[in-house]
Amino acid sequence: MTNHWNDYQHSDVIMAIGGNTAENHPISMKWIEKARETKGAKLICVDPRLCRTAAVSDIFVPIRPGTNIAYLGGLINYILENEKYHREYVENYTNAPYLINENFSFDENTGLFTGAEDDPVRSATKYDMTDWQYQTDADGNILKDTTLEDPNCSFQLLKKHYSKYTISNISKMTGAPEDTLRDSYEVFSSTGEAGKAGNILYAMGITQFTHGAQNTRAIAIIQLLLGNMGIAGGGVNAQRGQSNVQGATDMAILYHIIPGYNPTPQQTHATLEDYLAATTPEKNWWSNRPKYIVSLLKAFYGDNATDANDYGYEWLPKLDGLDHSHIPAYKYMRDGEVEGMICVADNPLVGGSSSRAKLHYQKNLKWLVSVDVVENETAAFWKGPGMNPAEIDTEVFILPAAFSYEKEGEKANSGRWIQWMWKAQEPPGDAKSDLWIVNEMFKRLKALYEAEGGVVPEQITKMHWDYDGVGGEIDIVKVCMELNGYRVADGSLLTNFVGLADDGSTACGNWLYSGYYNNLENPATKKRIKEKEGIGFNRDWAFAWPLNRRVVYNRASCDLEGKPWNPDVPVIWYDEAEQRWVGNDVPDIPGSWDFEYATENPFIMNPEGVGKLFSIGYQGVGGLRDGPMPTHYEPADSPVPNLLYPQATFNPCSQRFYEDHTVETDEDRQKYPHIATSYRLVEHYQSGSVTRNQPWLNEMMPEMFAEISEEHADELGINNGDYILIESKRLQSSDDGEQGNIKVKACVTKRIKPMLINGELKHLVGMPMHWGFMGMNTGASANDLTPSVGDANTTIPEYKAFLCNVRRAD
Amino acid sequence: MQLTRRSFLKLTGAAAATATLAGMGLNTASASAAYPLRIKYTKEVPTICTYCGVGCGIICSVRDGVIVNAEGDPDHPINEGTLCSKGSSIFNVSYIYEEKGKPIVNPKRLTKVLYRAPGASDYEEKDWDWALDEIAKRIKDTRDRTLVETVDVGGRQVTVNRTNAINWLGSAWCTGEENYLFHKMARAMGVINIDHCARL
Repeated sequence: MTNHWNDYQHSDVIMAIGGNTAENHPISMKWIEKARETKGAKLICVDPRLCRTAAVSDIFVPIRPGTNIAYLGGLINYILENEKYHREYVENYTNAPYLINENFSFDENTGLFTGAEDDPVRSATKYDMTDWQYQTDADGNILKDTTLEDPNCSFQLLKKHYSKYTISNISKMTGAPEDTLRDSYEVFSSTGEAGKAGNILYAMGITQFTHGAQNTRAIAIIQLLLGNMGIAGGGVNAQRGQSNVQGATDMAILYHIIPGYNPTPQQTHATLEDYLAATTPEKNWWSNRPKYIVSLLKAFYGDNATDANDYGYEWLPKLDGLDHSHIPAYKYMRDGEVEGMICVADNPLVGGSSSRAKLHYQKNLKWLVSVDVVENETAAFWKGPGMNPAEIDTEVFILPAAFSYEKEGEKANSGRWIQWMWKAQEPPGDAKSDLWIVNEMFKRLKALYEAEGGVVPEQITKMHWDYDGVGGEIDIVKVCMELNGYRVADGSLLTNFVGLADDGSTACGNWLYSGYYNNLENPATKKRIKEKEGIGFNRDWAFAWPLNRRVVYNRASCDLEGKPWNPDVPVIWYDEAEQRWVGNDVPDIPGSWDFEYATENPFIMNPEGVGKLFSIGYQGVGGLRDGPMPTHYEPADSPVPNLLYPQATFNPCSQRFYEDHTVETDEDRQKYPHIATSYRLVEHYQSGSVTRNQPWLNEMMPEMFAEISEEHADELGINNGDYILIESKRLQSSDDGEQGNIKVKACVTKRIKPMLINGELKHLVGMPMHWGFMGMNTGASANDLTPSVGDANTTIPEYKAFLCNVRRAD
Repeated sequence: MQLTRRSFLKLTGAAAATATLAGMGLNTASASAAYPLRIKYTKEVPTICTYCGVGCGIICSVRDGVIVNAEGDPDHPINEGTLCSKGSSIFNVSYIYEEKGKPIVNPKRLTKVLYRAPGASDYEEKDWDWALDEIAKRIKDTRDRTLVETVDVGGRQVTVNRTNAINWLGSAWCTGEENYLFHKMARAMGVINIDHCARL
């Protein structure tokens, strides 16, 4: 999130799109309701189902799964056509006036941008982005037209691109009635007025698509056009589905980054100098990258990291240019390349796409380590459905772990608040905290290499690892100090990342966390002072990265003179008398910047210094590989042609790994005619491994089901509570060689309606994703049906829009 | 004086008992008379809910080192004492009730290290020492056979020190400190297949 939960109270209009916040983040409703009660805020819910959020919304816009860009593109068009944008903001704080290379174009027939070429590695399209650049003068300064009238300026290109996204077209594509679309566009675009705040909150119903990153981009464009970034009650607010998914991302439990959102080195970056040259822009915040990287290497390799050895850079593994996220990682397992897996509190055999196929791929593992509080499906795969244990040679090690309140440490919530958890009791039996487990696992591995040698043992033995406490326990404070950062000379803690250096004099495991453990007596993360007066930012409660800033890009909450757009809820302002920025939040303005520079660069992470309506890489930062403007492509499993671009279908740059895996022919469309989506329930959590083992929750939500409409039930001749079989292309092509299905109870409901898509009536099937074959409460997994096809930029699977067939189970 | 929920509870112990037991679906009129206050003589330990990303505060009431109750933290600025059904039930992860109402350790919790041998139809219970040593051997064996030390990039030998033979799947359940060390360990092993719930 750019903002935070309590901040929702300041919104005038809240749009929940691709996220059922009332069900999945129930306490968020406390702050949404406060905005409605105190200032008459409106709630718009955009979702395929009449979900719990929709049920309490002012406007419910039912859209077909996979048509978010159509819906949001329609809103962009509405804002531009009806001049609802915040003119002063758009002109000064975005790249709207920037001129784009004249060779740049978009083909409305093929749906492709300039520079498209074949990408044999991913059986997809890739772009030569040479023409996706700003026009510059001889000195490299970007050319601008502040009248926003030049046909090559970002603003006009945006206007042209979205001119086809008319309400009539959007209604045909999404299935939403024209009047409802118009109402929602009118209400949300009313926040383009200075002093008004529009908030867009979303979850996996935005990200889990082959065009998921572009969905998010579309949200960002809208919020920039309406001047909703940086202000209280505004923002692009990703509602995180897990307690520390923000933190696990910050710590880079992801192949493509190392802690603090720094890219993982590629094999093309032979030396530290090569890496820094390729990834460090000349201007603005990321120009500090060398300080963060050298300090990270010092934290990693300690005294073994010296100027002479590039601070141990050679020991960091270098990527091969290929994708190593979980879809291809399981494919590498299928192909026999992956032989071992360490799975910590994760359960891909329920939570991952095409999970039935993954069950079979795991037979190729020589060894599997599962660290969890229960025996989950991934650990128990060898006795799963259709498995013959005698034929499976995988060694399985299950390590019993502590639950959250049985250990201490911090978790970062969606608002980036790094909150401390104190330990309430010991874990049961031999169970141990993950912190203890990783410490012991690594120490044994290191000892083995020290005793026996091996291949490049230095990669392991030179890693700084000194976290032992007393009595065989790990000392968490040592880890906290390393994450926070310290001066190498005397070990003293850094106040924040401003003190980091690129000369080896500081060590810091994650620059964004610098300041969270700023002293040993009362570290910021442990602060528990609830605000008595103020605007709900609670600056003395925990620590928000970066620098305890509660709303990022908050310079944009003020006009060019430094006065808040909304004086009733001022985030920061420029104090003329004191000649400095002050306010309710930590200003998002580096101390060394003067007033003018800060005003010209409100979006400090971008080398351009402004928000990007037209998104391209500049000085090595930003840009998406599938186009500078979000474009409607169908999901990979699509029931209809692409109405806007006749020769286009799904995202041409999407990450495809398996042949004959998605529905692309008319024959398949007849076989799998229904649109399906998956979601969560308040009573269960993710793969259900923990919640399906709790009697109270099982009593409330005892069984897997699928929601279908009354019309659909009539066609099938079934009643509420009857069993149905659901099939998808994935089970047709699964490795067990048989046409598979999942058997679930039908929940016949008015919450789901058939959708009128371009004149054709289509059925929608909705399924929760929590069930599997282990635990107190077992049931079929919705993810057996979902495709392992990934977003063009992130490779997140397309869980939220796929096709299926439904039959009666006789 | 305006009473906060918390000071109200402190003032009226009986009301607190009613509120707690009502949350469990018991008949509050008879229950408050029949049972002593469950959080009597307990120590309060604040924690953060482990489910969604809101980050609600939870107060664990602990007696003799054992959690006897968990409910919303009224001092927490986000949830102000409220919780959803999952958060309210979080005590159930450790303890469930027998028919007679006595809490026992949730039988589905893992309390022992388990090992499944190739082809075996069940697990064997093991101790930590054995398992940690054996896991280290498996990692070393796989890593030493598969580590790619250098590759040719445009005629230049580049040190890459990576293996594609091990997958590391991590988790948004874990704390920041745990994930930081997991990241360090994975990179030290040369692992490049790393992913977690943010993408999974």
